[in-house]
Amino acid sequence: MGIFYGFLPYHWLREGEPIPDIIEAVNLEKKFGDIIAVGNISFIVKKGEVFGFLGPNGAGKTSTMKIIACVSPRTSGTLRVFGMDPDIRPAEIKQRLGVVPQETNLDPDFTCFGNLFTYARYFDIPPDIAHQRAEELLEFVQLQEKKEVTVEKLSGGMKRRLILARALVNNPDLLILDEPTIGLDPQARHLIWERLKLLQARGNTIVLTTHYLEEAARLCDRLVIMDNGKILVEGSPADLVRQYVGKEIVEVEKTTEVLSCLKGKNIPFEVIGDTIQIATGSSREVVRTLFDHCTPQKIMTRPATLEDVFLKLTGRKLRE
Amino acid sequence: MYPFWSLPRVTRRAGKVWHRNLVVFFRTWKVNFFPPLIEAFLYLFAIGMGIGSYVKEIDGIPYVNFIAPAILAISVMNSAFFECTYGSYVRMYYQKSFDAMIATPLSIEDVIAGELLWGATRSLLYVIIMLPVFAAFGVISFPLSLLAVPLAFLGGLMFAGIAMCFTAITPSIDTLNYPSFLFITPMALFSGTFFPLTLLPTLLQYIALILPLTHLVAIMRMLTLPDLSGMGVLNLVYIILVTAVFCIVSINLMRRRLIV
Repeated sequence: MGIFYGFLPYHWLREGEPIPDIIEAVNLEKKFGDIIAVGNISFIVKKGEVFGFLGPNGAGKTSTMKIIACVSPRTSGTLRVFGMDPDIRPAEIKQRLGVVPQETNLDPDFTCFGNLFTYARYFDIPPDIAHQRAEELLEFVQLQEKKEVTVEKLSGGMKRRLILARALVNNPDLLILDEPTIGLDPQARHLIWERLKLLQARGNTIVLTTHYLEEAARLCDRLVIMDNGKILVEGSPADLVRQYVGKEIVEVEKTTEVLSCLKGKNIPFEVIGDTIQIATGSSREVVRTLFDHCTPQKIMTRPATLEDVFLKLTGRKLRE
Repeated sequence: MYPFWSLPRVTRRAGKVWHRNLVVFFRTWKVNFFPPLIEAFLYLFAIGMGIGSYVKEIDGIPYVNFIAPAILAISVMNSAFFECTYGSYVRMYYQKSFDAMIATPLSIEDVIAGELLWGATRSLLYVIIMLPVFAAFGVISFPLSLLAVPLAFLGGLMFAGIAMCFTAITPSIDTLNYPSFLFITPMALFSGTFFPLTLLPTLLQYIALILPLTHLVAIMRMLTLPDLSGMGVLNLVYIILVTAVFCIVSINLMRRRLIV
């Protein structure tokens, strides 16, 4: 597809050549008055990877995205995007960024095409190329039939897709997505995921925030889980699940017999509402023990997910 | 960190923001060109012909000719002021357009400068539309009245800067009503517009001299009558100074509001 020309995919890098760092953050901090939004976090995003920021509301994800996107200055720490400092060379960095903000901020005075075309002009893209790119991108997000429709008439899912298209208008080297699928139905969400996968396959570097754990597990090569402005853990989704929860989860209905029985057998468990959760490497053994000694009522086993890691690390208390 | 008076780093990218507003303006040109045309007619008939038939003349000048430049100056003020208060506020707060723009190579300084330039351009377009109507009624003289066009841009920029300062500090769109009713409306009446300043009590005359519109009306009248005098240079210096101060301060205030 034309929009990806002039672009060096990740796998074209020669073997043994170091993969360049797209983002390098050391002790990054952001304060609003006395409130610490981001507290001394460090991370590196490599070329070609999809890097996720997970965390409950107010964890500092959006603040971090805004700092990387050069729209919010950091309070302290060092940050390099494409090797440049956002405080010193914001325009040069932003020229190579594509940003999907959490809030829909399409221009209601323009049509779908007009939005892409006008946005392209902000990047100094010549009119004829801007025209061509807008057409291609409308096709990419399957909005070509809505070309001349004003954005107010679009559904929520269409708006998000148009924002994704807008973020790609300058053929960015780094895509920053803040809650890209927020409030979307499963169909729209899957289309966005599929498009992001395609972009990743073409070698784009993507940084995204989400609190859809399934989204993170599907898309991210590596991710961090944040809470209260700090990074709690970092790793690939599979590694994190293995390391912090285990392979499987056995869920059993909470009864006094089961509770005392588990305590007697010294099996670690967690009580959530009227369910008991047991994280384990072998559900078969746990289930056998339960059946043999504890007279369980309802019982269910399932693979451990990122959601289990997330809840384990950030707790079950409601945020905001 | 960024004092109000520090010189903002505006680049030529401000032109992109200006261009965006221009495109939207011309796309809805029927809505945008009609009001100034109607306004010119209304004022000329109601005040010029109506009141004018009793007043006849002021200082030897036919009343309609006396108020014609004032109507131009008030239009310059209104179009730039309302564009950079309500118009800019809607784009900033409701449409989040500024957020979308600063995610591109545009800086917030570029965006606000573009908005100011656009406010001034709107004043200029208003005057360009009104001039032929006034010319048809023979209430302004040419060729000096053609200078009203560049003057409209400068005057527009002044009121755009003042307006943007209000926009930068207003807590909500409703509170923008205060400067509109407490600042703009009195100014439209007491700046030597519909009667000479000398009719005012002395104290009010001095107050009127502080008002930006007074100086714009004065120069505008010198051009359309025409009746050039050395005072015009002072008026022009005043306008340039006020324009520079408010444009610079408004950009810094906006930066403070939006970049956190």
